[in-house]
Amino acid sequence: MSKTRTPKLWRLLAAIFALALVAAACGGTDDDPATDTTEAMEDDAETTEAMEDDDAETTEAMEDDDGEAMAGGTISMAIVAPSAKDDLAFTQSMVDSIAALDGDIDLQITDGTFVVEEAAAAIRGYAEAGVEVIVAHGTQYGGSLAEIAPDFPETTFVWGTASDTQGLDNIFAYYPAADEGGYVLGTIAAAISESGNIGIVGPVEAGDAVAYIDGFANGAKDNGATDVSIVYTGSFGDVALAAETAQAHITNGADVLSGSAQMVVGAVGVAAQNGVPWFGTQANQASLAPDLVVASQVYHWEGVLQQVLDARAAGTLGGEVFEINLGNGGLVIEFNDGYPLDPAVKTAAEATIAAVADGSQSTGV
Amino acid sequence: MQRLFGAAVPLLAALVAFACGAIMLVAVGADPVEGLRALVDQAVGSGPRIATTLVRATPLLLVGAGITIAFRASVVNIGGEGQIVAGALLSTIVAIQLPNLPGILLVPLVLIAGALGGAVWGAIPGALKAYASVNEILSTIMLNLVAVQFMNFLLRGWLIDPLEVERGTRIPQTARLSENATLPALIPGSRLHLGVLVAVLAAIGAYVLLWRTPLGFRLRAVGHSPEAAKAAGIPVKKSIVTALALSGSLSGLAGAILVFGSESVRMVTDGSAAGFTGSAGFNGIVAALFGGLHPLWTIPSSFLFGGLLTGATGLQRALQVPAALAVALNGIVVIFVVSSAKVRTRLDQLANARSEMKEVLKDA
Amino acid sequence: MLEYLEAIFSVAVLASGIRLATPYLLAGLGETVGQRSGVLNLGVDGVMQLSAFFAYWTVLVHENLWLGIGVSVLVGLVMGIIYAIVTVFFEAQQGISGIGIFLFGLGFSDLMFQKNVGTPRFVKSLPDVRIPVLSDLPVLGEALFSHSVVIYGAFLLVPAVAWLLRKTTFGMNVRAVGENPQAADSLGVSAQRTRFIAILIGNVLAGLAGGALVLQLGVFQPNLTQGLGFIAVALVYFGAWRPSGVMVGALLYGLVAASVLQLKALQLIPRSYSDIAAMAPAVLTIAALVILAGRVKAPAALTRPFARH
Repeated sequence: MSKTRTPKLWRLLAAIFALALVAAACGGTDDDPATDTTEAMEDDAETTEAMEDDDAETTEAMEDDDGEAMAGGTISMAIVAPSAKDDLAFTQSMVDSIAALDGDIDLQITDGTFVVEEAAAAIRGYAEAGVEVIVAHGTQYGGSLAEIAPDFPETTFVWGTASDTQGLDNIFAYYPAADEGGYVLGTIAAAISESGNIGIVGPVEAGDAVAYIDGFANGAKDNGATDVSIVYTGSFGDVALAAETAQAHITNGADVLSGSAQMVVGAVGVAAQNGVPWFGTQANQASLAPDLVVASQVYHWEGVLQQVLDARAAGTLGGEVFEINLGNGGLVIEFNDGYPLDPAVKTAAEATIAAVADGSQSTGV
Repeated sequence: MQRLFGAAVPLLAALVAFACGAIMLVAVGADPVEGLRALVDQAVGSGPRIATTLVRATPLLLVGAGITIAFRASVVNIGGEGQIVAGALLSTIVAIQLPNLPGILLVPLVLIAGALGGAVWGAIPGALKAYASVNEILSTIMLNLVAVQFMNFLLRGWLIDPLEVERGTRIPQTARLSENATLPALIPGSRLHLGVLVAVLAAIGAYVLLWRTPLGFRLRAVGHSPEAAKAAGIPVKKSIVTALALSGSLSGLAGAILVFGSESVRMVTDGSAAGFTGSAGFNGIVAALFGGLHPLWTIPSSFLFGGLLTGATGLQRALQVPAALAVALNGIVVIFVVSSAKVRTRLDQLANARSEMKEVLKDA
Repeated sequence: MLEYLEAIFSVAVLASGIRLATPYLLAGLGETVGQRSGVLNLGVDGVMQLSAFFAYWTVLVHENLWLGIGVSVLVGLVMGIIYAIVTVFFEAQQGISGIGIFLFGLGFSDLMFQKNVGTPRFVKSLPDVRIPVLSDLPVLGEALFSHSVVIYGAFLLVPAVAWLLRKTTFGMNVRAVGENPQAADSLGVSAQRTRFIAILIGNVLAGLAGGALVLQLGVFQPNLTQGLGFIAVALVYFGAWRPSGVMVGALLYGLVAASVLQLKALQLIPRSYSDIAAMAPAVLTIAALVILAGRVKAPAALTRPFARH
């Protein structure tokens, strides 16, 4: 009995299977929700177009010149970065910075490549395609760069966050003095906190997250905060854990929160639900909670990048390390107008910014 | 004829899967033909690119070969990620402790250390399964989580580059490891390093072990029927531990190769397993499966997936399609290929039935 | 020592543990039904990621939480149909096809997020509903009866699933098929149909788990689950294939995680050991498995494809 039934059943199932997969695959192009996101989609389409044009142009440009591009023509740049280009954090800070540069720049982006091998392939690919300045925006790419950079002596590689150029003269390195902005934000946090209890949500205790958090804690304590609680959840990605951490801080009496890394969106959500002010870092996080983000420490790499381009134009392809800090304008405290910050506190904060910038105030980190 | 067709079924399944990939490309507004061209070009378009593909395939092949060993003994090893990390950590520690050993000694030593680290991390779930009846799927998953935190702990603390502490940058990475431990290039000046050869040899070794040695026979016997194996006097529990330890040792070897081969001169973490392994622990399962869970077929299969992964970066660069598409595509390939096994048996059955029918008709 | 205990046994930790436990519980309950019928689904995590993304996207666009929940269930259903066809009719190797579903879900949700949303934006999250009278109970009232609807629903599903498995004809069929599909089939219980439906139930609950997770947080990120679905599968073994056992496992996992966070927040765990502390849920689960394992028996036909001859 089953035998006679099988073929039909087969055909039917195969058809359903195919349909289901196609449906699943096409689920995303559903007309309805797409209408509301067309803006985003169009943006993407534009970049894609721009990209295609770029490819053609750069190859041409490369063929007929060697020095022209440096002498003020179009500069081709590429970013290879570990997280998404619109992550409201580390990667976005670099993308925004390049967008803010003056002059004609052909920018290509490979994002979401936290795997070193993938990034290495992308970096090499850009170098082969003749891109002049390649930003390897991830500490972990250093090993690959050391291998790739010598093969492309005409290309400038910009690598961060890192504090050495690995002895190569076509690598520039950059890193943020994240403790400086952290310190300033910490003093503001202490000023607006009524309980003197401040909670911080961190990822893994490492890198610029530690600098930011330690600076923040010192700033808060120096300005009268009695209790600064720091929790490292152990994950850069666990949004739920970050949310529960924020909740724990609030339950323990914290009335101001801050945190670093991509998973903090979970903590910002909890802060927003409980009406607790939030301080951001890396990129301007005001869009996440327009009336509760007090201020963000934003990484502005424009200065560093401009110096890189100028150096390249003058014939220096690398070999220097740049630090961004409050003093050189690489770190900027961006206040959010949506939050009603007491003008006196803001004035005091601006004084602190100046003091940290000129070195008269130590961050204690 | 039908048999030939039967053999082609997995390939057909893969083609259908790639057709789905094309649909996804269209869905995200990219030209599928252009996408495919970029993908192939990036994967095998030039000598260095082929080298990259092979290097990328290396951990997949090692994990995959390990999976075939475990599978033949009827154990599922989902702990590749943790075993890679364990192997990498132990080999890193060895290199840090013995930086002045000449390369001829240090290279084999770090590879052995990697295999040992992975073997231990594999033997734990093996022992838990054999002696405490803890299902290995769970324990390997849990041990992946433990390994990641352990890696973060060590790279933040004991193993951190002293310079990182001094500068205050505190990036969780080791100091530059001894150059003596760097895997030598197979072709001077290329990225193709010893690890690729080691992986291929390991896969051949897995084949020899499974089908040409008494140990392999025992493992397969246990996989086939634990009861029968026990009746035949084969130590079933020990075999299960051995299978997972061997499987883990190959993943651990992949970990050592990731540290000392793939352009890295140090071990660095972004806080997750995938940031170090590139999900090789999972993608290796895919490669093994695509190779029909046979160590030798896993070799070309791994190279194929290595190419797919490398190609995906080309795809992203050319069309700005997120690399996540390649991950989704991998999943679809797996789903179609596992499903096709049944179609193939059905076709074989059908062929048999027909020939039987013909004979019956002839007789009539 | 006392301060450690005081920190752990607090209303806040209990409430936080319950919130953390809910996605594990929902996904684990679904997986229980599937495994009782003899089907292992390692793709739970992928299904959760897909349903989480589509639920989030729906709420982002339509601003309707119920529609979001509905979409998460629908995504679970579609993925369930796919997985059921693959494992029941194509008799595919279950462990590996589950990995396929996982990879697809991980990659596709990421792709869709990047293409359609990009920068994380908040949607409204599920509101807490205080249950009158009960929520005013001293101490426990606040911890147990001031949660979102989905959390109450998840815990109410525990007895419901237990009843389904133990008291209904369908449940008996599921258990029979999970033990010996050939025998069940010969007695007129269609093993294929029973497994098909069990898989659908399992995936719908996994979908709901993804929806619950994302709508509790109000925001989506690629790889939102961070392997949560795999742990949920582990908790089914932990719970010895019983809904109540799965609940205990999920609560243990959630409460340990919440306790660790609280101890860190009160600075009772030295910061340099934060990663070691983060291992606690996984290590304790393994330890519990070692103690419990051997006393319970898995469904005999678990992971074995059924072929009618």
